[in-house]
Amino acid sequence: MSKIKSGATANIAETMNTDFEVRSLDSQSVNAGEKDMSFLRNLKFMLAGIFFGIILVKSEVISWFRIQEMFRLESFHMYGVIGTAVVVGVISILLIKKLKIKTIHGDAIEFQDKRFTKGQVIGGLIFGLGWAITGACPGPLLAQLGSGVGVISITILSAVVGTWVYGKFRDKLPN
Amino acid sequence: MLELIRQPWHWSTAGILIGLIVPLLLILGNKSFGISANLRHICAACFPADISFFKYDWKKEIWNIFFAVGIILGGFLAVTFLHDPEQVKVAPTLVSDLAQFGIDDYTNQVPNQLFNWHSLLTIKGFLFIVVGGFLVGFGTRYAGGCTSGHAISGLANLQWPSLVATICFMIGGFISSNLIVPFLLKL
Repeated sequence: MSKIKSGATANIAETMNTDFEVRSLDSQSVNAGEKDMSFLRNLKFMLAGIFFGIILVKSEVISWFRIQEMFRLESFHMYGVIGTAVVVGVISILLIKKLKIKTIHGDAIEFQDKRFTKGQVIGGLIFGLGWAITGACPGPLLAQLGSGVGVISITILSAVVGTWVYGKFRDKLPN
Repeated sequence: MLELIRQPWHWSTAGILIGLIVPLLLILGNKSFGISANLRHICAACFPADISFFKYDWKKEIWNIFFAVGIILGGFLAVTFLHDPEQVKVAPTLVSDLAQFGIDDYTNQVPNQLFNWHSLLTIKGFLFIVVGGFLVGFGTRYAGGCTSGHAISGLANLQWPSLVATICFMIGGFISSNLIVPFLLKL
């Protein structure tokens, strides 16, 4: 079943090549949005975000100190959090595929394979350097801002600039 | 019960709950868990500048922006209603190393002595706040995702490119935290 699906995606990709290129690098844009963009319909994602934000604060994942501990191999905490999350995620996706669970709107749940690019190595290393300096990846940056550290708004703004600069010079970078 | 929630959560509790966000978003609307794409959506919405990478219908991804706003609200709610008066307890070796650089304030999860409006105007603060953020934004988009998109939802779907990305995140972090951060703290 998934084979048929990825074959179909490849066909679409050939006919709509430009769009595919824009989207292929992006892990999040694969599931294009619903036609309905109403506020109420999206509110549930805000609630999911609130839930995630609370977890990030209460488990100290947003702590700069915890990130240093992780990279200095001084604590198991962050490895435990990420490792457990991956295991729970793997089991959840297996169950969704096996039981053919649908969305609450009755649509089939789709998965798209990620394509390997050099960016995952080069960009990955660059992000890693930044992750240890800011002590936060993008989700925790948002939660840090919410927890009252106003100056993190500058870090987030700078991350937006970084993304923009990447978009600007994307064609000149190895991919 | 509230007492229990106020205390720092065990890694397994946090891990299980974060892992459950993957199926939650899929079931709520076929969305894959990820945050960093929002940075791109902001570029597409505010200053696309005729760059092809930002010419797409960002409004179709508005759910992700709702999710991001939720994280900010969640951060606010957690410190407002579930605040834990205890300081972050970290490894003693880290405490003694940081003390050498004058970092000894653990009242906040973010070191107040590094991340504040005054330090923004110093070279050290600029490097931590502005340059660090730039590397996060540039690197995540170049890699096609961050910890949530690759390390959690990518690995959860057994995608080997996500494993490559995750390993590179970690290598970058090891280099940075052990070599670059101590250098920056000395400035």
